[in-house]
Amino acid sequence: MTSERANPQTLSALDRPNSYIGKTVPRPNLDRLMQGRGLYVSDIELPRMAHVVFLRSPHAHARIVGIETSAAKQMTGVIAVVSGRELSTVITPWVGVLSHLKGLKSAPQSAIAVDRVCWQGEAVAAVVAASRAQAEDAAEHVLVEYEELHAVTDMRTALDPATPVIHASLGDNLAFERIHDAGAVDQAFAESDEVVEAEFVFGRHTGVTLEPRAVVADWNAAEARLTIYQGTQAPHMVQNIAALHLGLKESQVRVVCKDVGGSFGIKVHIYADEMATYALSKLLRRPVKFVADRVESFNTDIHARDHRCKGKIGVKRDGTIMAFEIDDLTGIGPYSMYPRTSAIEANQVVNLVGGPYVTGNYRARARVVFQNKNVMCQYRAVGHPIACSVTEGLVDLAAMKIAMDPVEIRRRNLIADDAYPCASPSGLRFEQLSHHATLAKLVQMMDYDALRAEQAALRARNIHRGIGIASFIEVTNPSAAFYGVGGAKISSQDGVAVRVDAQGSVICQTSITEQGQGSESLTAQIVGSVLGVSMDRVRVILGDTDNTPYGGGTWASRGAGIGGEAALQAAKVLRKNILDVAAAVLQSTPSELDIVNNAVVNVVDGAPRIDLSELARIVYFRPDTLPPGIQPELMATRHFVPREYPFAFTNGVQASWLELDPDTGFVKLLKHWVVEDCGTIINPQLVDEQIRGGVVQGLGAALFEKCVYDERGQLTNANMADYLVPMSGEMPDIDVGHVVTPTLESELGAKGAGEAGTAGAAAAVTNAVNDALRPFETIITEIPLTPQVILTALGRI
Amino acid sequence: MKASAFGYARATSVADALELLTAYGERAKVLSGGQSLVPAMNLRLVAPELIVDIGELTELRGVSLKGGVLTIGALTRHADLLKSPEIAAHAPLLKDAVAHVAHPAIRNRGTIGGSLAHADPASELPACMLTLGAIIIARGPGGERRIAANEFFVGIYETALTPQELLVAVELPVIPKSSTHFFQEFARRHGDYAIVGLAAQASIKDGRFADLRLGFFAVGDRSLLAKSASKLVDVAVTSAVLSEAASALDDELDPLEDQQATPAMRRHLAKVLLTRCVSLLLARPDLRAGASA
Repeated sequence: MTSERANPQTLSALDRPNSYIGKTVPRPNLDRLMQGRGLYVSDIELPRMAHVVFLRSPHAHARIVGIETSAAKQMTGVIAVVSGRELSTVITPWVGVLSHLKGLKSAPQSAIAVDRVCWQGEAVAAVVAASRAQAEDAAEHVLVEYEELHAVTDMRTALDPATPVIHASLGDNLAFERIHDAGAVDQAFAESDEVVEAEFVFGRHTGVTLEPRAVVADWNAAEARLTIYQGTQAPHMVQNIAALHLGLKESQVRVVCKDVGGSFGIKVHIYADEMATYALSKLLRRPVKFVADRVESFNTDIHARDHRCKGKIGVKRDGTIMAFEIDDLTGIGPYSMYPRTSAIEANQVVNLVGGPYVTGNYRARARVVFQNKNVMCQYRAVGHPIACSVTEGLVDLAAMKIAMDPVEIRRRNLIADDAYPCASPSGLRFEQLSHHATLAKLVQMMDYDALRAEQAALRARNIHRGIGIASFIEVTNPSAAFYGVGGAKISSQDGVAVRVDAQGSVICQTSITEQGQGSESLTAQIVGSVLGVSMDRVRVILGDTDNTPYGGGTWASRGAGIGGEAALQAAKVLRKNILDVAAAVLQSTPSELDIVNNAVVNVVDGAPRIDLSELARIVYFRPDTLPPGIQPELMATRHFVPREYPFAFTNGVQASWLELDPDTGFVKLLKHWVVEDCGTIINPQLVDEQIRGGVVQGLGAALFEKCVYDERGQLTNANMADYLVPMSGEMPDIDVGHVVTPTLESELGAKGAGEAGTAGAAAAVTNAVNDALRPFETIITEIPLTPQVILTALGRI
Repeated sequence: MKASAFGYARATSVADALELLTAYGERAKVLSGGQSLVPAMNLRLVAPELIVDIGELTELRGVSLKGGVLTIGALTRHADLLKSPEIAAHAPLLKDAVAHVAHPAIRNRGTIGGSLAHADPASELPACMLTLGAIIIARGPGGERRIAANEFFVGIYETALTPQELLVAVELPVIPKSSTHFFQEFARRHGDYAIVGLAAQASIKDGRFADLRLGFFAVGDRSLLAKSASKLVDVAVTSAVLSEAASALDDELDPLEDQQATPAMRRHLAKVLLTRCVSLLLARPDLRAGASA
């Protein structure tokens, strides 16, 4: 890894001699996970715990005529068979809308379907038994009579008058529409030398987590308290919603989230089957466990990215981009997901298209329609891959049209690095981005000119390689502008409490959560650095609403930027408190003292004065020896939320180098590069691995992943053999570089890094494929780029 | 995703296994490596009443060479085949093919007998059996049957085995010293089932095929020993000859549609494989250059 500091800062608490910031240090949770001592929800066994299996609809759209449960209830081990109607006495339905997404509508959704099922896989009954196997046996004996209804599956005809309306009360199948018009678009197209149009098609896919969704709900009737063990990204959000719909106070709900086997946005939503599990525990007054199996995961974990987006770009012969225009259509399933809604993705597409570029002329329409398929919602890099593929695809098409190099057209149009602060044509405010610095670094890392020469030489030998470039912007560190302003009880602030124990170790409780990305590590690194305490003395506690401050959790690349700043500020207060006491004990002044390597030292000569352990001993056990009037406070709590900018935008650029076999349509990825700017880097290895993991998910979308539905709304590849996740064997080496522009909104200066890899990977690959296809005079704007798609475009089949 | 309840018996001898299979017939399933059966049971696609586990029948495991014949026990695992010096020396095609069977974890458990009895049309091993002229040996209540590979595979997951029979071994004639082979398959990811594959064995004399056996897989409801190979034997292969053979191959194929490919794509890829195979075996890059158009 290489990095440059674009904006050198003055020395802060983070630049102390023994700082962990900017260093690759091992994660504190590594040994626990490597030794198999993690605690995932599937590992949890409670006394009297029952297992629930959901009987799921085989139809995409059907009326439930009757449910016959008597045979199932007789079977061995069965505790209860519960229908949607029966469960509705315990839990209320919900509607996934937010007030700031004007016009967004959806229908009430129940924990288990009542009267009607709206997608294949929606639960129609719950079978609760002593074991999962017994519940599955019994589920085969629940007889449901269905009357099949017309399934609305094609988003392109969902709004036709002839198409049945899925929810009659809504009047039509349009969930949300947004229109945006900035600058003088028509005039700009008229003044363009060339105007290029294309339709971009994206395969519906999902974020396949290694550990499926899982929950154990434990209603303790004696305490009138529900404990939910769940692999979630947002424990306080789950607490709020479970309480709301079960008629409880939040203080009656505790959410515990230990280890989570991947989430990628999949586990930041409220799923009907999870709500049903909470309700079943309350109804049956015992712990109930639900663990989705792989087939259920494919049928019920949110899907994403099912978009068809028409795009148009105007360009001058000198490469000046004059305007962008898009018309985006997406089908989200039968309900807007709760509570974050399924309009956010399309809204993001409108927000982000054209974002890296100077032109102010931008017109967009996005329509979000209902259909009888599984629900769609936010998955890693929400909307970014769509916006990036459309924008960067159009920029490459424009460059091709005017015979300009793809790097050159970007150089001429990316917002200048000294033009900030400024705003995008969709109104996004940019504090400070570094498009040109990142592009320059990318060109250097990949040796662009040499690669072009190699490509030309190989092409002469009938070997077809392509180079694809994709610039992007990334939304991170979201304030309340994302959800809070729309009425959702989703916190945008996070809190951290730090305290010194009686032996001078540090305990840190944070409201951000850990799903493998390193939240524990970054928190310990920050706290250790600020306090002057070694990392092995810092223990981080997270994922428990009873035992952490209130906060949002980890999503939208907010853990480091928001939770990390709260940790920094809390640690600063604690440091001051420690030095105050130490000064009193040592008859010195706080300004003459520092903490280095777990001991209070002299600022002047670094001479050790008193170990933290000794100081803690005095404070906790011999306060009588302290000077009169001193009440030491070896604990501090701080919360943080960005107030200046609604989002901390980051930026970057990716490149793909690949080989395409025109005989077979197979694409071999040879190399991938990313240069990004997430501000202050706390742990370089964690950031690089975030980027690489994100890239791999983007490459999955580019080449492999697609939920294949038939015209009747049946998901036909809901298994790991037919749904192709990207595997290491097909992945290229991914080189990651950084430009560092810290945000001035926080002392830490960190922005997010979780979405960057996913945001631009598919765009880079698609552009590279089209670059490789140049001699064949065909363009593909559809992903995944399967051999079938490529051979068809080449006219070989 | 839990299998429905089933009975389990660990066979102590081939005779014991046959007794159980005779008693239970179609209600029993033989468990060898379990790499296809167990997932199917967990998905409740099959629900056998009894599992007959033959895993401890060590007499069914191993490779031996005698009188110009390689005998491979049914329980020989894919990983064993990869490591076997006899296979490497006398059936190198099989070694190349096995490297494409799924992933190491699966190759450590899966067995040749299991793979052949399962008869997945996209599997590598049935095609190799056709190409190598294998004899499949089955034992049943009436004694032993020797079934030629081209009569063994009947359809998708269908073989000539009766429910009372146990596949115990395969016999492969040792390939002649002058013989050469080609194995290639198109799969989206390493270890996936092939979209189309070809296992070929050939003898070449003076730049011509003296013998050519082309075993295609994933091109229909079972592997195919292409008759069109004869068009390439004992002739000077030119682009025109190759193109004629490709067109004859096309007539032989009856590919299925699935998530990865349409029949048209399978036909196209089978022809690409034919071209690559012939061009590589004859060391004639010129044949390949003409074929992609």
